[in-house]
Amino acid sequence: MGIWQLLSVELLTAALGLGLLAVGLLMPGRERRGLAYVATAGLMGIAAVAWAMREAQGVVLNGYIIDPFGTYFKLLFLASAVLTCIASFDYIGRLPRGEGEFYALLVLATLGMMLVASAGELITLYLGLELMTISLCILVTYRKGDMKSAEAGLKYIILGALSSAVLLYGLSFIYGATGSTLLEDIGRVVAREGVKPLLGVGIIFVLAGFAFKMAAVPFHMWAPDVYEGAPTPITGFLSVASKAAGFAAFLRIFFGALPASHGLWAELIVALSVLSMVIGNLVAIPQKNIKRLLAYSSISQAGYLLLGVVAFSVLGVGAILYYSMIYVFANMAAFTAATAFFNEDGSDEIADFAGLARRSPLLAAVLLFSLLSLAGIPPLAGFVSKFYLFVAVIGQGYIWLALLAVLMSMVSVYYYLQVAKAMYFGEPPAGRAAVRVPLGMQVALVVCLAVLFFFGLYPTPLTGYAFNSAMVFLGQ
Amino acid sequence: MSFPLLTSILLAPVIGLILILIIPEREQLLIKITAAVATFVALALSVYAYVAYDQQLGGMQFLEDRVWVPAFGINYSLGVDGISLPMVLLTAIVIFTGVFASWDMTNRIKEFFIFLLMLVTGVFGVFMTRDLFFFYLFFEVAVIPMYLLIGIWGSTRKEYAAMKLTLYLLVGSAFALIGIIALFLYASNQLGYLTFDIQTLATVEYDIGFQKFIFFLMLVGFGVLVPIWPLHLWSPDGHVAAPTAVSMLHAGVLMKLGAYGLIRVGVFFFPEGAKFWAPLIAVLCIVNVVYGAMIAMVQRDLKFVIGYSSVSHMGYVLLGIAALNTLSLSGAVTQMFAHGIMTALFFALVGNIYHKAHTREIARFGGLAHQMPKVAAGFLIGGLASLGLPGLHNFVAEFLIFLGAFTSDQVLWGGLLSYRVLAVLAISGIVITATYVLRVVQKTFFGPRKAEWDVLEDARGVELVPIVVLCSVLLLFGLFPSLMVDLINTGVAPLVAKIEAAKAVGGIF
Repeated sequence: MGIWQLLSVELLTAALGLGLLAVGLLMPGRERRGLAYVATAGLMGIAAVAWAMREAQGVVLNGYIIDPFGTYFKLLFLASAVLTCIASFDYIGRLPRGEGEFYALLVLATLGMMLVASAGELITLYLGLELMTISLCILVTYRKGDMKSAEAGLKYIILGALSSAVLLYGLSFIYGATGSTLLEDIGRVVAREGVKPLLGVGIIFVLAGFAFKMAAVPFHMWAPDVYEGAPTPITGFLSVASKAAGFAAFLRIFFGALPASHGLWAELIVALSVLSMVIGNLVAIPQKNIKRLLAYSSISQAGYLLLGVVAFSVLGVGAILYYSMIYVFANMAAFTAATAFFNEDGSDEIADFAGLARRSPLLAAVLLFSLLSLAGIPPLAGFVSKFYLFVAVIGQGYIWLALLAVLMSMVSVYYYLQVAKAMYFGEPPAGRAAVRVPLGMQVALVVCLAVLFFFGLYPTPLTGYAFNSAMVFLGQ
Repeated sequence: MSFPLLTSILLAPVIGLILILIIPEREQLLIKITAAVATFVALALSVYAYVAYDQQLGGMQFLEDRVWVPAFGINYSLGVDGISLPMVLLTAIVIFTGVFASWDMTNRIKEFFIFLLMLVTGVFGVFMTRDLFFFYLFFEVAVIPMYLLIGIWGSTRKEYAAMKLTLYLLVGSAFALIGIIALFLYASNQLGYLTFDIQTLATVEYDIGFQKFIFFLMLVGFGVLVPIWPLHLWSPDGHVAAPTAVSMLHAGVLMKLGAYGLIRVGVFFFPEGAKFWAPLIAVLCIVNVVYGAMIAMVQRDLKFVIGYSSVSHMGYVLLGIAALNTLSLSGAVTQMFAHGIMTALFFALVGNIYHKAHTREIARFGGLAHQMPKVAAGFLIGGLASLGLPGLHNFVAEFLIFLGAFTSDQVLWGGLLSYRVLAVLAISGIVITATYVLRVVQKTFFGPRKAEWDVLEDARGVELVPIVVLCSVLLLFGLFPSLMVDLINTGVAPLVAKIEAAKAVGGIF
């Protein structure tokens, strides 16, 4: 396959992003709404191209790897970007700032994630991360004039810069120890010479940098405030796609290039995973705001995904892939429903969800089932993904870890059910009419729900795709 | 390709659910009729399966197999044997009568029947699947609808009870899940390929230490649901808070899921582990029987009496499991069926009274037999079944369990305590049961007529369906026990064969 063909997904995304930016500047304000449709349709088209390329393999310019693993993540980013676009229609339409830039930035952030997922070289990886982080920084502050949004933006930019610095510092150590920025070369050097102390230090720094992106405890401090302040659809995007990008890069470096250093970081990952699951789930319990609740739940989800890293096997990687794809649909469904509610009532407080089941059975059902999927209750797809992760860790002899993880997901049921309790047990406040949900959003919500049920009852197609990608990735 | 009988039983409530989803909320009667038809189809097919099951052949019948997730060896495979078939029949009877017991509900009934049918689908699935992955999946499907059903339509401290029940069941199932995965991986290593097929997994020789550990996980996991003392705390609260149909399903069927899991996954896979833990189960079950009955004696609320009586009666099931012989295990399965029917009858009747009188306080009632003779008659039959009167199904079950336990030659604490003593202690539970049941019957239904309750109408019309159906079942199997016991024996035989083939293992005490 030619170089252009291999890069077609990235090139198309870049063209779409830049095109939206240019057209958005030229268009009169009232016509900019149309850009949302262009962005959605464009992203869907690119997703179709990515799907057609799912088996493609090749290396471009030594440092850019196209493989099923990377393409899987690209599909995941595209899916979350499409859902974010759909969720944003009304929400962004009400904000004073231009819509053209919003969708352009969203597409560019997606492009950054794609670069991260495919980077086979440290500088490319860093560039992708920065493209993603800077685009997201602007998106986070999109609610101009809102104190919380400004605070969120500030936190995200400062802590994002800090984590980037830590990561870059670590990368420079790795370069210093191995003399190359190419992952392939690094892997060869490490396999030959073993893990030198200098490299060890670099690995620890890189680990910390990625833990920031994944929002794993103790590097999670930014997440709740940023999630609360950001525009709701962006919060959803941040929690699924940015996290997945962190995992994609992590897996590529640590499983692809540095498997020889496994002994060094294995215990650290166990600690990160346990802390994220325990603290994320326990702190979520007292939350009163749906976005903060989902923020802590997403911290705990990072802990679950790390279980797949702990397992350090094809099964573990496959489980991570499966889990993160399902996580996109569950979390985006929850955030889209929260957005629809916010558009109507202007509130994110869980207490205000009272009686939602009467005002909009669809929104209530979507929230209920997406949260249950996050908790891992069958017959939803979240159960299957957790099941795979548990099989992977128990397969490595970590029975205690799996038991802790299952018990913690039962804790999560408690706070997810607090939302269900408000929606189903409470009475709607007097005088409040049914919640209007735009048709586009309804379709998106129903599709998410269908995905959650379908892959919960018949996981085979996605299982096959995820585990094959994992097998190709690990070369087995 | 023969007619997929079991899939049809499984899908009948699902189709009903989907139909109800598209019926507008205001068509209340249509929704109820849809639910009734869907559950009737399931019942009719279950009865057919019960009659058509070939007892000479035994084993799993009406098999269906579809490859589901080949990467993990998961198959959609259904089948029933002498243990699960009575449970399928029980579920079908209880849900069918439960729909009629909810006939006079008016509040948000669309959602009610959707969740109810969702719940029962999970229960059917557990009893019919032959795949361990699906076993757990169906097992968990039942939990969340239960939460919503109790929380929305319940009474007395409903939100508290709903959450308590959910958390107990989920934490229990967490242990079971870990046990299931560990056993799957162990067996796959031995077999050399991945499979979740229950029959295949049971052929693997598990190491004794592994058996002890995993059986303990299963004991906790399924024991919560049985409920085994001291993990029973969710159950009386849950029974009391739940709306009538849910109480019926909950006490009638859901608790049996625990005992069924303990037999199917626990004892069947780990006979040595079962022998090791049997003394613990035996001692705890006596606490269940005696303590449950004593607590039932002092209750003031009709539903609490029945709630604690369930704890007490499920103790007999546990005794049957702990004694580990043909008689006792057959008795345990029979008791699961008999108790399910009896307790569903109780809850249907109490629901009927509560719906009309808006109270369940025993002290306020008296002489209700004057106003509600049919309800009183039903309650008396249930009460007599509860105290093990010959001629009713529960007698058969309890008799078998006591006989089985009495003939067991296992001893505890190096001979300090034998199963004979435990059997005697368990029989004493019947005396206590007689005390509280007769006391409740007397205080509620007999005695002078109270003018206050003259407004109450007796059960009539569709309200009679649960009473008549459930009482007839109790009588039918009570008078002709072989209709069920022969079937159950065919299911228990392979289990006992496995236990007898197992190595001798000393009990925990």
